[in-house]
Amino acid sequence: MGYPHPSHPKETVVLSQYFGDAEARTYDGWTKRGGYEAFRKALGMTREAIVEEVKASGLRGRGGAGFPTGLKWSFMPKEVVKPHYLVCNADESEPGTFKDREIMRWTPHALIEGCAIAAHAIGAERCYIYIRGEFTEPWAVMSAAVEEAYARGALGPNAFGSGKRVDMVLHRGAGAYICGEETAMMNSIEGKRGNPRIKPPFPAVAGLFGMPTTINNVETLSAVPHILNRGAAWYKALCLGNPKSTGTKLISICGHIQRPGNYEVTMGTPLKEILYDMAGGPRPGRTFKAIIPGGSSVPIMTREEAEAALFDYEGIVEKGSMLGSAGLIVMDDTTDMVYQIWRLARFYAHESCAQCTQCREGTAWTTKILERILGGKGKQEDFQLLLDLSDNMTGKTICVLSDSCAAPVVSGIQKFRSEFEAYIAGAREPAMVAV
Amino acid sequence: MNAHSTGGGHAAPAIAHEPVFVGETRAKLERLFALYPTKQACLLPALWMVQEVRGWISESAIGEVAEVLDLTPAYVKGVVTFYTMYHTHPVGRHFVQVCTTSPCNICGAEDVVKALLKATNCGELGATSPDGRFTVIEVECLGACGFATPILVDDDFIESVTPDKVAGILQRYP
Repeated sequence: MGYPHPSHPKETVVLSQYFGDAEARTYDGWTKRGGYEAFRKALGMTREAIVEEVKASGLRGRGGAGFPTGLKWSFMPKEVVKPHYLVCNADESEPGTFKDREIMRWTPHALIEGCAIAAHAIGAERCYIYIRGEFTEPWAVMSAAVEEAYARGALGPNAFGSGKRVDMVLHRGAGAYICGEETAMMNSIEGKRGNPRIKPPFPAVAGLFGMPTTINNVETLSAVPHILNRGAAWYKALCLGNPKSTGTKLISICGHIQRPGNYEVTMGTPLKEILYDMAGGPRPGRTFKAIIPGGSSVPIMTREEAEAALFDYEGIVEKGSMLGSAGLIVMDDTTDMVYQIWRLARFYAHESCAQCTQCREGTAWTTKILERILGGKGKQEDFQLLLDLSDNMTGKTICVLSDSCAAPVVSGIQKFRSEFEAYIAGAREPAMVAV
Repeated sequence: MNAHSTGGGHAAPAIAHEPVFVGETRAKLERLFALYPTKQACLLPALWMVQEVRGWISESAIGEVAEVLDLTPAYVKGVVTFYTMYHTHPVGRHFVQVCTTSPCNICGAEDVVKALLKATNCGELGATSPDGRFTVIEVECLGACGFATPILVDDDFIESVTPDKVAGILQRYP
């Protein structure tokens, strides 16, 4: 549902069905709504059977990368000779994205159940749920739900009397965007600075504490109980666009839009329907100028590109951007694109862990050059300078944070060049004092 | 306290450190040890405990954390300073964090910051008001972009803040 708004008829409500329903937060309320049936079922299945079912559903990672979930699980060793771990990524920090927050606030047991099933499927006895430090309310709701799940025998040394151990530990972040990157997250749980690790080794080989590890996003894991309950074929049939994108997707919509919130749609729904029908379109008298479709780390789309796109992994790529985490940032004709691109660059400069030179220097200098332009002291050469920097920041670092800074800069220059030109030519009042 | 606890490479004033990890806090930490295969992994939770008890994380507290987790103070300090939510100096009685990242920025977050600075009398970001009541900082994305502008006052997450609501909100924090 379009939380906090009522459901729109064009939505497909699966994960968000109980958003806003306080009773669904409790163990009894959740079981009354069919909760924990899937986990009980999973406990009677082999690891392989669960992995095959999830593979067949076509479920892909909802955190941003879109990697097939069942395939990821299949990389875990078949024999458990040392501890396996599941890590749930609840560090939702991508600007524009606020869907995992609602899952944890309203349906904590859906996530716990998804984690429990996934843990069993990968041969793990322990799951760490990494929740960003700022999420005080989701933390409180999740803590109460985990405690209740233990008390009711869903978690613990003998989950639902199956003889299988499933433990769940909530781990609180402390303010670092980069900890949403899976290897940085593992370092953070280990009590280290959140620096990403070089891959390989991949987490399934040597992850958390050096042990085989799978990391999945909150939304991905929350979809798993539905797949086991209703079958892979049902999930796979939820598809309006490319057959490689199946199921439903929660979309967070924010910015200059009439009804910001979380909407749940079938993969492949036209983006235009999402923007205008569900979210109510632009503010009165305004028109959209730019849409960032996948959280701030993806290329900016023009209104024309966005309105022609199907909302799935392939559909957004076809129109020049990426689905990412499906956090839609909508900007209307009042927006100063140069200023907002600077604000994004500043975000990445602030959040760089500073391990890689290209990122540490690149994000900082990109920000400074944009400040020069906004301060009315920009030069024509700055275009090439920014593009050269962006080139050096793309595909050359341990993680993709610097690529994420380059994406809005490069697409911004391509698509909104005249706004940069106006500052450089002095045709527009400086937006800040040049340094 | 252990000999490293003054840290920093300079002679620190000899202020006795009142240990944090005693009684119930100590018991809580020891319960955590069972949840992780290493003591080091308890570092972030241990630092949260210090901040909860003391309001900030001092050099001497860093020394104590290092001691209880078998780490060096330099290592602990490296971790403390990586994460923005740990305070390395005292802050006001109420700590206010305002999101100003792009989605909130285009919805007027900078005006919310101005209103907060004025109403709290903090003067500038990061400074504590003369009455010791508030510290206001700007933070990156709080993950509630559809409810611009979100702010965190202590542990209270408050959505859809606009400049005209600021005075009413602050009243709740004496």
